[in-house]
Amino acid sequence: MSRAETTAGPGLHDGDPGHRPGEPVRERAPAPPASRTPRAAWSLGLFGSELLIVFRRARTLALLGVLAGVPVLVGIAVRIETRGGHSVGGDGGGGPAFLEQISNNGLFLAFASLAATLPFFLPMAIGVVAGDSVAGEASTGTLRYLLVAPAGRTRLLLAKYASVLTFCVAATLVVVLSAVVVGFSLFPVGDVTLLSGNTVSLSDGILRGLLIALLVASSLIGLAALGLFISTLTDSGIGAMAATVGLLITVQIINNIPQLHALQPYLFPHYWLSFADVMRAPVIWTGILKNLALQFLYAAVFGSAAWARFTTRDVTA
Amino acid sequence: MTPVAPTPGVVIETSGLAKQYRGTLAVDGLDLQVPRGSVFGFLGPNGSGKTTTIRMLMGLIEPTAGSARVLGRPMPRSSRSVLPKVGALIEGPALYGFLSGQDNLIRYDAADPTADPRTRKARVGSALDRVGLTAAAGKKAKAYSLGMKQRLGLASALLQPRELLVLDEPTNGLDPQGMREIRALVRELADDGTTVFLSSHLLDEIEQVCTHAAVMARGRLITQGPVAELSAGTRGRLEVTTPDPVETVRVLAAHGVTDLVTDPHTAQVTGELPAEPPDLAELNAALVAAGVRVRGFGLRRASLEDAFVALTGEGFDVAG
Repeated sequence: MSRAETTAGPGLHDGDPGHRPGEPVRERAPAPPASRTPRAAWSLGLFGSELLIVFRRARTLALLGVLAGVPVLVGIAVRIETRGGHSVGGDGGGGPAFLEQISNNGLFLAFASLAATLPFFLPMAIGVVAGDSVAGEASTGTLRYLLVAPAGRTRLLLAKYASVLTFCVAATLVVVLSAVVVGFSLFPVGDVTLLSGNTVSLSDGILRGLLIALLVASSLIGLAALGLFISTLTDSGIGAMAATVGLLITVQIINNIPQLHALQPYLFPHYWLSFADVMRAPVIWTGILKNLALQFLYAAVFGSAAWARFTTRDVTA
Repeated sequence: MTPVAPTPGVVIETSGLAKQYRGTLAVDGLDLQVPRGSVFGFLGPNGSGKTTTIRMLMGLIEPTAGSARVLGRPMPRSSRSVLPKVGALIEGPALYGFLSGQDNLIRYDAADPTADPRTRKARVGSALDRVGLTAAAGKKAKAYSLGMKQRLGLASALLQPRELLVLDEPTNGLDPQGMREIRALVRELADDGTTVFLSSHLLDEIEQVCTHAAVMARGRLITQGPVAELSAGTRGRLEVTTPDPVETVRVLAAHGVTDLVTDPHTAQVTGELPAEPPDLAELNAALVAAGVRVRGFGLRRASLEDAFVALTGEGFDVAG
């Protein structure tokens, strides 16, 4: 490694560091190889920079705004519906899970909102952010400047995936926090009656709520990897976003056609609603674990595919 | 593949470099040598393969055949150790429109593994200052004019002291004043010892700043060398401005000047000097002695454009 460093040899440059007044000291040239070793923390720096890029975009804030609006809508609707002492969906059918408990306990608005957003709203937001991650940079041309910086293809991809996963957590938390604020201000709050009929304390209920938020965020790992992979295939940010969201809708439809039940256990959204099992005592882990295993499988397969594609592709945009 | 040992004093070296896109050769067997410390003009019409070559040198695309060395190390394999020492402007600037100019530079600096975050602010500040964008540093990049974007792109190439600057059409979109500033900046950087690799389709731009040049056409390298040598291949022509063309032609022909052409519009007589040229002062005196009224007299130096036309035997059009 250092051999070639020294063969940079005698040249105009090495002989003349050429400091200019007011210019920062030339810390790297003609420098011993040691000072050129990349800093250990720089991957974190790149990740931080990725996060800024994701969260400073107006589109991201709009997506989070929409997600924050869902619990508000659900909360107000339930509040209006139950004003005269009626219960929601009195026949016990229809609507997302947990809906009928909201008027008794505001905490259930968080569970109901997650159940309402998980099939489409949340994954659509993830699809937009993941689909845009690489392709968006390619279409604006900023990708080539990141690569000649040089960010390093593998590291850039990892930083991108990490920032998409962070967005998954942030999006889930936005739904939960908005639901908690709305639920606690519109409805009574108290001990939590679980799906299995037992009652636990509010603090136990909140802990279960946090676990559910974590599981919902984890449910999006597979889709995030899929979106990232699609994003490495094209130079069009819009195209990658549309393809990812389109794929999500297709998969959700297939997941609801009974005749295709043989396929369904392999579809990434198949076990998404398993998070409701946390609201039982004892918790039933089978579906939850199947969901996590499936998400990690998707992440491994499509993460590798994204890596294989991105590290070998010609960047011509 | 066993890479050839790097030639000392050469910052960019390619051998047999080629890139094929869907059957067409964009770059074909390129053997390029860029000496350290030079301002190297990379010249060719649009579509001649300049940008494809630059992308291969910067490790963005994989060559179909051949090899490239930048700063003595093979590319794209050594991207991580080579590229921090290289500043690049490739095919125009690319910016995050929703970020300010300053934040754009911070973003690019954060992508460089060797950049020290503690000096980031200061380096970004001095890069902005260097391209004259300090006043617009806080403005969103989408509000920038094309010229300002170009300057910001240049600033990102100047975030670190570089050994090599690769500038693809750096004066694109700039007004004449901006072009002059960029040329001054390039000279300044070259004086600091930075090798500047400058691609352009503008011949006079190359001629004004470059010490060396290479000419590409249809993916092939036509020639390379010091600019003085390239244009020396074609000799200059004698140019006399006079209201008495007939007498002028007679006197010049008597002194061995050949290929005499009279242009009635500009009232100029031009001709090729003989291999052993006479003293120009005496030639002028002879004209005056013969009663020719001389308004202008001089040798028009061969331009790079003359050299280019002589080399390719064609104009400077977009390659099909």
